Amino acid sequence: MEQQIQYSVPIMADLAASGKYPEYLFWVGCAGAFDARYKKVTVAFARLLNHANVDFAILGSEETCNGDPARRAGNEMLFQMQALKVIEILNQYQVKKIITCCPHCFNIFKNEYPDLGGHYEVIHHSQFLQELLDNGRLKVDKQVLKNQSLVYHDPCYLGRGNNIYEPAREVNNALGTTNVEMPRNRSKALCCGAGGAQMFKESEPGQKEVNVERTEEAIKTKAGIIATSCPFCMTMITDGLKFKGKEDEVKNYDIAELLYQAIFK
Amino acid sequence: MNQIIFLITLLITLGVFAFSMRNLWYNFSLTRHEKVSDWGRRIVIMLKVAIAQTKIFRYPLAGIFHALVFWGFIVITLGSIEMVIDGLTGTERIMSSTGWFYNFVTASGDIMAYIIIISILIFTGRRLFLRIKRFYGIEMQPKSKYDALIALSIIMLLMLSLAGLNISYFQIHKMEYAGLYPVSALLAANTLEGFSIYELHFIHNFCWWSHILLIFLFANILPYSKHFHVFTSIPNVFLSRLKPLGYLKNMPSVTAEIKYMLYPETTEAPAETVAERYGVKEVNDVTWKNYLDSLACTECGRCTDNCPANITGKKLSPRKIFVDLRARMKEYSVGRKKMGETFEDGKTLLHSYITAEELWACTTCNACATECPVNINHPALILDMRRYLVLEESSAPSGLNAMFANIENNGAPWQYPPEDRLNWLSDLNK
Repeated sequence: MEQQIQYSVPIMADLAASGKYPEYLFWVGCAGAFDARYKKVTVAFARLLNHANVDFAILGSEETCNGDPARRAGNEMLFQMQALKVIEILNQYQVKKIITCCPHCFNIFKNEYPDLGGHYEVIHHSQFLQELLDNGRLKVDKQVLKNQSLVYHDPCYLGRGNNIYEPAREVNNALGTTNVEMPRNRSKALCCGAGGAQMFKESEPGQKEVNVERTEEAIKTKAGIIATSCPFCMTMITDGLKFKGKEDEVKNYDIAELLYQAIFK
Repeated sequence: MNQIIFLITLLITLGVFAFSMRNLWYNFSLTRHEKVSDWGRRIVIMLKVAIAQTKIFRYPLAGIFHALVFWGFIVITLGSIEMVIDGLTGTERIMSSTGWFYNFVTASGDIMAYIIIISILIFTGRRLFLRIKRFYGIEMQPKSKYDALIALSIIMLLMLSLAGLNISYFQIHKMEYAGLYPVSALLAANTLEGFSIYELHFIHNFCWWSHILLIFLFANILPYSKHFHVFTSIPNVFLSRLKPLGYLKNMPSVTAEIKYMLYPETTEAPAETVAERYGVKEVNDVTWKNYLDSLACTECGRCTDNCPANITGKKLSPRKIFVDLRARMKEYSVGRKKMGETFEDGKTLLHSYITAEELWACTTCNACATECPVNINHPALILDMRRYLVLEESSAPSGLNAMFANIENNGAPWQYPPEDRLNWLSDLNK
């Protein structure tokens, strides 16, 4: 069913100018705004928010890095500079609830911003999508993806970092796909290799890249789709598929993109 | 006479043990302070992770044998306490008046002793004949291997002497005995039938003294062995960090400086005290909990076995971080004791023991901390050393320096201007 709806994404500053403060801030994140591949995830998720009539807005050009990669790389000075800036902006718009697609942003807002005076309810998009499915605000056509098989890769900062393993699986279970698991899943999941600021540096000498090791494990399950729910995992798995020359047989999508496909195509 | 000999050996044991503990206490006094709260939740986590052994079962086969040895040790320890009282007061089996409780303790102790014997045989065989990858690695010196084999041998002798004690006791008192010895009773008929009462008493006394002296010996070897975890694991789990693994602790000294920098009018200037070093370079920069972690590590290697960096051939081994911390503290504290704060031997924990290359290979995925059966937190310490490298030495890999510069200049780890943050909106209605 092709929808005729006109999607719109309000900006916090515009709403505030007319005295409006939405229920949720959608924290797009740097990868969500700048990474060519991951921008598609941002679009899909924003459309889903529209479709479910969620009262949200983004910071737009006022958004700035919340300092996570700096802190993980040991640069506490830079992290705290960014964090105090971000807290000031969020206070200005009276933000209480934050939704984000990035587990790293999720973790730092939820667990570490309170130490600096920033207290928010923080929701990862997998949790939010599960909720929208549970209360019927999003409905899936199970026929669309029913011939597809899917394997889910756990992001560390959602899984081991915060003990959140099931919401993304619940979303995947709603898709109508045949879902399988890698041998190392949930708390045993192997990292994609990008965490702890590895995303921004060359890896140390070794026998293999971590993302290749993980992608091989995913390929072995013979699933046609590798589902991720983290921008860094997506970069690493997509690169892993290219490295193995499998990018035509196996596709890497974010859970939000899959849900969007299952609803609208 | 027996009581006097017993008292003297007990006093020697306690004296040597107190000496070892005093040295460790001194080591703790060199570390940084960290607050502990939430005692209720700690009891729950201790019952779950330490007593119920939940994390050890993540490796099901090794886990079950470890749990059996651990639970066996707990019931057998009750019996050991009785032996100490008997030894001091000249009584025999003083706890036997507790009736059904005594039956329970002796019966389970008797069964567990034989289960431990079987488990130790399996563990020893595994170490000697199977090449388990996680028992090897650059941090696994020959000492670690001997250490393991010595501990296994002592435990074996402890259990054999206990079995001998139970069997001979049963054989002597067949008609009327205190407690229950289901396995030893079966074995008695096959092993000690036909021995004279004099010989049986000799065997009984020999086993009694062997058992108690082995306990005393073991207790005093442990503080110098990786098997010190027998004492430190439960406290370490009890004192483990309760925040989610993703959490990284704040550096309030940095916050004070930045607030003063950003709002000089409204913030008080940071106190002009002797600047505390940012992050961790030497063993006196770690918290007491980091050091306790190093004492609780028994080098099982589950952390390293699950480390993505290690699996793919990088130098990082989470276990090595704590083996190094313990070793460096041993060396450092000797020097500090002699020369005080001016002590300097041209070495530091970071650089001389742990290299920057190891630290930069960490993805902070927390597989190590998740896997550790005694709740050691490796990534937190790795991050504190990275903090030292960046904040005090300004030495980060070039990619990270570029990332820092991008965040400083345009508020993103990549080189895009803030206006471009809205670019994705143009695809919204395509």
